[in-house]
Amino acid sequence: MSATLHPALAEGRRLPNAWDAAAILCVFAALIGIAHEAPSTFERIDAPQALTVSLDPVHLPDYALRTTMRMFAALVASLLFTFSYATAAAKSRRAALILVPILDILQSVPILGFLSFTVVFFMSLFPGRVLGLELASIFAIFTSQAWNMAFSLYQSLKTVPADLKEAADSFHLTAWQRYWRLEVPFGIPGLVWNTMMSMSGGWFFVVASEAVSVGDNTWKLPGIGSYVALALEQRDIRAVCYAIVAMLAVILAYDQLLFRPLVAWSAKFRFETTAGATAEDPWLLRLMRRTRLMSWLADGVGDTVSAVGGLPLALRAYRGTPSQHSSRLFDAIWFVLLVAVLIWAVMKILGFVSADLGLGDLGQAVGLGLLTLVRVAVLMVLASLIWVPIGVWIGLRPIWARRAQPLAQFLAAFPANLLFPPVVLFIVYFSLNADIWLTPLMVLGTQWYILFNVIAGAAAFPGDLREAASNFRIGGWLWWRKVMIPGILPYYVTGAITASGGSWNAAIVAEVASWGDTKLTAHGLGAYIAAATDHGDMTRVVLGVVVMSGFVLLFNRLLWRPLYAYSERHLKLG
Amino acid sequence: MDTIVGQQSLLEVRGCRQAYHKEANSDLVVLDDVNLTLREGEMVALLGRSGSGKSTLLRIVAGLLTPTAGEVLWRDRPVHGPAEGVAMVFQSFALFPWLTVQENVELGLEARGVSRSERESRAEAAIDLIGLGGFESAYPKELSGGMRQRVGLARALVVHPDLLLMDEPFSALDVLTAENLRTDLIDLWSEGRLPVRSVLMVTHNIEEAVLMCDRILVFSSNPGRVANELRVPFSHPRNRLDPAFRQLVDDIYGLMTRRPKQSVRAVTSPATLEVPLQRVGTNQMAGLMEALAGPPYNGRADLPALAAALQYEVDELLPLGETLQLLHFAVLEEGDITLAEDGRRFVAADTDDRKRLFATALTAYVPLARMVRQVLDERWNHRASAVRFRDELEDHMSPEYAEDTLRTLIGWGRYAELFSYDEEAEQFSLEDIG
Repeated sequence: MSATLHPALAEGRRLPNAWDAAAILCVFAALIGIAHEAPSTFERIDAPQALTVSLDPVHLPDYALRTTMRMFAALVASLLFTFSYATAAAKSRRAALILVPILDILQSVPILGFLSFTVVFFMSLFPGRVLGLELASIFAIFTSQAWNMAFSLYQSLKTVPADLKEAADSFHLTAWQRYWRLEVPFGIPGLVWNTMMSMSGGWFFVVASEAVSVGDNTWKLPGIGSYVALALEQRDIRAVCYAIVAMLAVILAYDQLLFRPLVAWSAKFRFETTAGATAEDPWLLRLMRRTRLMSWLADGVGDTVSAVGGLPLALRAYRGTPSQHSSRLFDAIWFVLLVAVLIWAVMKILGFVSADLGLGDLGQAVGLGLLTLVRVAVLMVLASLIWVPIGVWIGLRPIWARRAQPLAQFLAAFPANLLFPPVVLFIVYFSLNADIWLTPLMVLGTQWYILFNVIAGAAAFPGDLREAASNFRIGGWLWWRKVMIPGILPYYVTGAITASGGSWNAAIVAEVASWGDTKLTAHGLGAYIAAATDHGDMTRVVLGVVVMSGFVLLFNRLLWRPLYAYSERHLKLG
Repeated sequence: MDTIVGQQSLLEVRGCRQAYHKEANSDLVVLDDVNLTLREGEMVALLGRSGSGKSTLLRIVAGLLTPTAGEVLWRDRPVHGPAEGVAMVFQSFALFPWLTVQENVELGLEARGVSRSERESRAEAAIDLIGLGGFESAYPKELSGGMRQRVGLARALVVHPDLLLMDEPFSALDVLTAENLRTDLIDLWSEGRLPVRSVLMVTHNIEEAVLMCDRILVFSSNPGRVANELRVPFSHPRNRLDPAFRQLVDDIYGLMTRRPKQSVRAVTSPATLEVPLQRVGTNQMAGLMEALAGPPYNGRADLPALAAALQYEVDELLPLGETLQLLHFAVLEEGDITLAEDGRRFVAADTDDRKRLFATALTAYVPLARMVRQVLDERWNHRASAVRFRDELEDHMSPEYAEDTLRTLIGWGRYAELFSYDEEAEQFSLEDIG
């Protein structure tokens, strides 16, 4: 029996080899690491070891591991959320009516502003335990990833090709089989890519959420973020450098061990009819294939997953035309319900905010929001002026593009808040104007999205169009205006949307910076929210976050969406 | 025994009607009163133009669509949802790109809960039968179009269906590959090696239908109806050059160019928006008229011969010919096309005169064109939104047809300099119109 199941094993070809030794070592090291760290999350907050952070670099690997595990936990949570939320939204038309707009708004809420809320909430769930703080931190990372990933899967589920759906139906696949054989595989490339992008954002949040202060209380979860926060308090620039190096190593490992193999694997699910140029397999995937035991294990896992997906669960997928009349009635009831809930929610928020605040406060928040808006706009223009020409230059040279692309992606993943201290030091040393010089911090981490999207756009620019342009001796400004910029606009807009969204979020940590006792504050909505958080003034935090969400939404709706739609319609090549 | 089995009816479609509900006006009818009986052991073609509803009928038979009225009986039981014992081959192949050839073929068996070992052996048998041996572990994107459709066939055959449905299975393939696949399939069928009892295929290729099938149902369009039913009396293998074969192909051309009565009225009294315009370019029209005017045709051509000479399929040539007829540039009769007086003048004219002739024909015979121009002339700013006309069209046809019709009109009107069109604002105007 077993011989028929695993003939290769019976032939003895799959005995462990030397590669397995290396692989097994890695697996056990990871397991031991997790086992070592996990119990500490259940310690009491007032336990002596629980929340003390030391600047001794010996502890850095330990801190890095804990930071990484938070990322992992958030990733798992995000995936669970993605699969349930996106599936619900895609499968039920009525659920989609409410789930999709919610997702859209959640995407533009600067979650960092809510950090104090979530900390209080999770601490009340697990009073006196470190677990509450850990969950709050994980939740912050989760919020930076989940919306994006859910949107990606939702869009994939909605755009499954009609002929494949018909094929699945005509071969009597059950709803369960259809989901795992057709819909999920179709969504995988988009999901993997979006997960990778969201992870980039996640590092920023993990660093920001490890050291939290609400009112008079300050907690520091052991991790790279807290390490940096402590280094700032103690004015230890060397420790900051150590942290930067540790973070570089962690991101590099994450990229190499997790995402390179994942992206290579997901290429299999890409919906294309022609075999494109396939990139070389990443080394980890090759290692996995070379090891006997590991690849046997991986096959086993793969087969099990595939078998579960193939189970003929649920009723036979039956697609009849639903009766129109009864569904209209339900639609009406559903709609009335939604409106009622909406009105209730608005009343609730108004009640909460207007208890302490008046119109003057709203005016102040909007005014500060305008200041931050000016910052974001100026930064976007500056970053574009710098990175578009550089990106085009690189993108048109394939050899350079191949090298620069991963680098830019890597820089985007690096949490920019780790790089704040040197800049702050610089401002303090030369006593510069905080309103102006703190501003660049907002794009420190997000400008790379513009760069690598422009590189991708320029690299994809058709060779014949370039030849035509040089054949007609089109050069200088005309070349930019009529040839290159229209050609890369769809890519540029994609990058700029991400960059501007990230900059708004970064404002909350970038408009306030400190070095020991010296505190630098710029005028803006980010600083307003940060200050309210410091004072434990929840109503002002809510007001600030709501106003900022409004700004982000308007910015997206009035500028980026139309620009994106325009470039998609007119300038998409091919 | 054989004859008794051969007479047993597998499938019956009775009074089938498919309509899409429209809010204000009457329903949009795609299929109207279609009857069809399929017996064991026969291969039947549904032949018709694109938009004649033949693919819709195939999907109704497959249980993928529920008809608005009428019933489908499969083995004397009404069909609700995808029926057991019916498998389908798709025009676009519809292979799952993330599954290997083997896994794609096993899919239908897996859905039935067939055990793994049986799945593998049956899939291998089907793969070998269809000539794909050695490609089991390949992914679809590594295969050529012909090989992909072989996978599609193997995937359908592996479940040993009683009825094999094929939706234009060869139309996405090049001529040689398609012929190769057809011959292989016919060989398997006539040798009795296909594990199916009967085949129903949709095609717009007349020769393909005559080459493969025992019976041909010719569809008319708007709404789709079975206009004619023909028996193909030849035995396999068939010879395309056999005079009897050619005659049958010619006859079917004649049937397909014969206009149903109500459409004739639409052409002669053009006061209606009901007839959708076909997506035919002005260059194609001019090209066809020039070809017709020149030798060897000198104004009159036999459609099958013309199609062969121009390397057009009937599905491409007929819309072109009908559009010329609509504009009174040519006349279609019994499988022939004749250049009319207006057509001759068009061919002889220079660029500007051609535009003028075309504009005259448009305003005279295409009510929609006349309406657009009239509205533009009446408005003070000479602008009108396309949405307005699209809405009006959608009262008479499906949104897709309305969109196609409007697109076609925009192309024709721009060429004729009857109006201009701003894509961004979706507006007709008289800018730059002399």
